Amino acid sequence: MAQSILDKEAVGPLVSALMADYQVVGPQAKGPKFAFDPIAEPAQLRLDYNTTILPPKKVLQPPEERLATFKLGDEPRVEPANEAGPTVLLGVHTCDLHAIRLLDKVFSQDYPDAHYLERRRQTVIISLECLEPCDEYSFCRSMGTLSADEGYDLHLTDLGSAYLVDVGTEVGEELLSRYGSAREATDADYARYNDVLSAKWPRFSYPLKFNAAELPGMLAAAYEHPLWNELGERCLACGSCTNVCPTCYCFNVFDEVDMALTEGERRRRWDSCQLDEFASVAGGENFREGRAARQRHRFMRKGKYIYEKFGELGCVGCGRCVRTCVASISIVEGWNAIHETVVGGNE
Amino acid sequence: MTASIYAPEMASLVSVRQITETEKLFTIELPDGRNLGHDPGQFVMVSVLGVGEAPISITSSPSRSNGTFELCVRRVGDVTNAMHAMEPGDKLGIRGPFGHGFPMEKMRGKDMLFAPGGLGLAPLRSLINQVLDERGSFGEVKIVYGAKRPAELLFFDELEDWAVCGDVECHYTVDCLDETWGGSDAFTCSEGVITTLFPDVTVDPLNTIAVTCGPPVMYRFVLMEFLNKGIPETQIYLSLERRMKCGVGKCGHCQINGLYCCQDGPVFNYADVKGVEEAL
Repeated sequence: MAQSILDKEAVGPLVSALMADYQVVGPQAKGPKFAFDPIAEPAQLRLDYNTTILPPKKVLQPPEERLATFKLGDEPRVEPANEAGPTVLLGVHTCDLHAIRLLDKVFSQDYPDAHYLERRRQTVIISLECLEPCDEYSFCRSMGTLSADEGYDLHLTDLGSAYLVDVGTEVGEELLSRYGSAREATDADYARYNDVLSAKWPRFSYPLKFNAAELPGMLAAAYEHPLWNELGERCLACGSCTNVCPTCYCFNVFDEVDMALTEGERRRRWDSCQLDEFASVAGGENFREGRAARQRHRFMRKGKYIYEKFGELGCVGCGRCVRTCVASISIVEGWNAIHETVVGGNE
Repeated sequence: MTASIYAPEMASLVSVRQITETEKLFTIELPDGRNLGHDPGQFVMVSVLGVGEAPISITSSPSRSNGTFELCVRRVGDVTNAMHAMEPGDKLGIRGPFGHGFPMEKMRGKDMLFAPGGLGLAPLRSLINQVLDERGSFGEVKIVYGAKRPAELLFFDELEDWAVCGDVECHYTVDCLDETWGGSDAFTCSEGVITTLFPDVTVDPLNTIAVTCGPPVMYRFVLMEFLNKGIPETQIYLSLERRMKCGVGKCGHCQINGLYCCQDGPVFNYADVKGVEEAL
């Protein structure tokens, strides 16, 4: 689709205009870090952010949300809830864009999840080309997520004083023409665009020491690997790694009842396979009891299980789990260690 | 927005029967007396609004539906304790049926060997009664059932019916034949774990479908008995229990390595899970 130019001075007015009709969520400073949060003032938007604490999945699958409301009593009634509203998700890096594409599959396959899908339907995504690595933890290039040619409505590439806007969908096109003041790209803009893109790639390294496509096969041979016990010894089972993961979507479902015991809500909340009770049943059996087994499950899900179910790896290389782990557990280092022993470094 | 897969339909509790100290049998009717439309081995998500939701296997067979279905529920957690406090006429939420049940089409024409342990009889009863209601379509039917003690034998009346009907070979045992054994005119109950029954069971292995469900510790021992009898791995089916919060392959709790118990199971072919480390 078409490409055009949005001068940086035009971003503020665009955000202001969007705010009249949409909840606009974008990266903002939060202490020394960044977070995706609703924008109250265009100046809060920080498109120069490196990475966010939580991924933008929090907009599509909030940490906690209402699934249904119910009335108690002799004739109890259940009403499905719908919390979705028109939203523009602004400044999404391509790693997170790939993660959203995976979540789209997860929540539409077999039994479609109307809560996610309705939020998704009402969310316009404006993504952002990454020109510099976030920090030493990201490994997007290894996971093939350093660029994207789909999954966005509009995609911005920073040319210095302006953004080149790539229109991905009709929704994006309409949004841009209605709310923005983009101009046509000139030959000079395209030349600059090509320079920017070709200059970015050498800045990104390959922290994974092998081809990510080898992950499912490699992990299939690593079920009894000694690494799991080593990780189990270090892991504090806090669940931070899964909370910050853009492709982790597991949840718990629970009821809340008002003080008068007349009505309530069925809600869901992010859950974590790293927590002790995740796989335990009421009878007392815990089907994934040790921390080693739980870390193995995470590594396997990201590199094997999700691939087998959805045809895509469950890791986009954003580095958030590595960045956040207080026990310094690194999925990249772990995979590298396995690769060295399983494949034998004979390449 | 399309309908939410997480919003249960309100159903009526038609009757409740205490069948052991810890288990009750719930007969449930959907709105308009609609049939649940389940396969033997499938489960429903049961809601007690305000308390929560739990996966429960369906214990009645489709052949005996009549606009109601039955759940055999042990009082063990929040939802099941709340269920045990309910009375006929009360409403509970139902979602489902979910999951893969027993593949009837692969079972018809074969001999059937059922080996449930304890509460594992609940899901297998659905299949057993379906088989008995289509008795002519099956070869020999054998039931090997073990419980901890006589008071925990589920569906005592049906255990007797199966034993005297002449069409089913029944072997029942309890780990400890204690004072709760009140005797039966229909069968003798031996003492010992379920595997002690197998020497008395003769099967035509290549023509036998073997099915088991029970407490986690039981599977490997019963599977060994099946295999020792020469029953091929592909002719062995097991029903597994896991924590579930959605029932539809999303919440992640029931994962068995890469499999989802709620979607790929709860009934699995042994050949498909024997190499799946978290399964057994």
